[in-house]
Amino acid sequence: MSNAKLRIGYIPLVDAAALIVAVDMGFAAAERLDVELVREVSWSNVRDKLNIGLFDAAQLLSPVVIASSLGIGHVRVPIIAPFNLGLNGNAITVSPRLFSSLSGLADGDIADPIVSARALARLVDGRKARGVAPLTFGMTFPFSNHNYQLRFWMAAGGVDPDEDVRLVVLPPPYMVESLANGHVDGFCVGAPWNSVAVDSGVGRILHFGCEIMARASEKVLAVREHWAAENNETLGHLVRALTEAGAFIDAPNNRPAAAAAVARRLGVEVDLVTRSLVGNLKIAPDGATRTDDRYIIIGQRDASRPDPVQAAWLYAQMVRWGQAPMSEDLTATASAAFRPDLYDAALGVTPSAGVGEPRDRVGGFIGPTFDPSDIVGHLASWRIKRPGRPRLSVVR
Amino acid sequence: MLRIAIVDESPIRAAILEDGLREAGFTQVERIAETRNLLARVYALDPDVILIDLESPSRDMLEQMFQMSRAVKRPVAMFVDQSDSASIRAAVDAGVSAYIVDGLKKERITSILDLCISRFNAFARLQGELDRAKDALEERKVIDRAKGVLMKAKKLSEEEAYALMRKTAMNENKKIVDIAQSLLTAAELFK
Repeated sequence: MSNAKLRIGYIPLVDAAALIVAVDMGFAAAERLDVELVREVSWSNVRDKLNIGLFDAAQLLSPVVIASSLGIGHVRVPIIAPFNLGLNGNAITVSPRLFSSLSGLADGDIADPIVSARALARLVDGRKARGVAPLTFGMTFPFSNHNYQLRFWMAAGGVDPDEDVRLVVLPPPYMVESLANGHVDGFCVGAPWNSVAVDSGVGRILHFGCEIMARASEKVLAVREHWAAENNETLGHLVRALTEAGAFIDAPNNRPAAAAAVARRLGVEVDLVTRSLVGNLKIAPDGATRTDDRYIIIGQRDASRPDPVQAAWLYAQMVRWGQAPMSEDLTATASAAFRPDLYDAALGVTPSAGVGEPRDRVGGFIGPTFDPSDIVGHLASWRIKRPGRPRLSVVR
Repeated sequence: MLRIAIVDESPIRAAILEDGLREAGFTQVERIAETRNLLARVYALDPDVILIDLESPSRDMLEQMFQMSRAVKRPVAMFVDQSDSASIRAAVDAGVSAYIVDGLKKERITSILDLCISRFNAFARLQGELDRAKDALEERKVIDRAKGVLMKAKKLSEEEAYALMRKTAMNENKKIVDIAQSLLTAAELFK
């Protein structure tokens, strides 16, 4: 039997690691897969090329899978996620100037997200009173954790992300430059771009994404639902290759080799990738570091098994911020886009009960525990939201 | 009359596209080369159709327009209709993507898109020819320099030096430019 040929799209980010290692270190070949990894420049391209069949599979922002399956913001194409490429990995980085303003207004430890969010609220009020232009924050895509984590964080302090600041979409490669030239005051982006900003002295990491949400599905392997049904066996091989690659990356002895492979594809220093993978980041130009073993989770702690609770949480963010209408049907569709059953079938494992922490599988730094069966009740607890007036229509 | 905006960092391709559109009778065509303040420019132009190069990372910035219907006078939707996936595939293959205003007639869009595809493909061919011409020029330079080295080292005439390299290339089943390059590398080492 000849190898199955696959074209898989990806964006050069650290959380493409499982894909890169699977292809470049032989795990895909061992599963009799002949994979061409195609580097892309925008999430819109990845989504569209997957939608129209130019890609068999792709690394995709987890919320884009849900948006595409719901048909919000774009045409409806049922996309599913049989494998989770990474949890977490983002960070909020601010300019040195914004950092010192926030520090000056903090009534506690600025490393605590509620303290920094309240400081931001004070700063925003002060700027409004003086008639100064609102602060601008960059994020990578309307349907992204970067967008939702920024919003979750600032809303907790009383800042309305739609009224009090400006949120703009910026492609990751433009983030650092935009911070340097003052086009934005801060941003939320994935690895390695926060480290690039710190290393070049133009940014300071304020929070890791995992300090905002302890467990967030960041990128998934995405395939068309039809394709999955027609290529069940090939998909099984792919899930196994990625699982092997994830286990390889997770073993400390293999880190240098894995980091080198990833760095080669990304075109960045190996050290930058290593720091991200182990969760030990330089957070300030003066060399201060912060360590968190949750910073990015690839191939461990049950990270690779898609979790429908995570999908429901992402849908709840779309509702909270007016991207999607609220309905039981849409909740069910969103949850069903994450397919632990396909993951279990590929690996021949019995469904695991999942790890017990955080208890609600999401772990927001503030607010009630998340209950996917009561999104309406959950959202009622938030003061700042865009209720009842979704700005996007559902396209069918 | 349709207003068309072209977002392309390649000024030559954008010009080729604009010419084609004007010839086809679309007179209101604007080019945006700068990605800074892209959304502000687009809002100001208020186009019916936005054509964007797929190699541009700023495509994701345009997606934000879906989020800000308050800011745009008319909502914009991307032209990916599954019923017409063949023409979309062709467009994406050629490297062009189009965003259109809701409710625009599909036939009109298809004619614009077809024009873009042929212009994008023509540009790609032109670029390919240019690259090949450049490569050929580079190769000739390498061969000329290697020839000079051989002439000096072995006291050969120009014809003899070239004949020697050609014979070696044939014997080793390699391209003459590769032999010339190895020769230059070796000469560098012996310096």
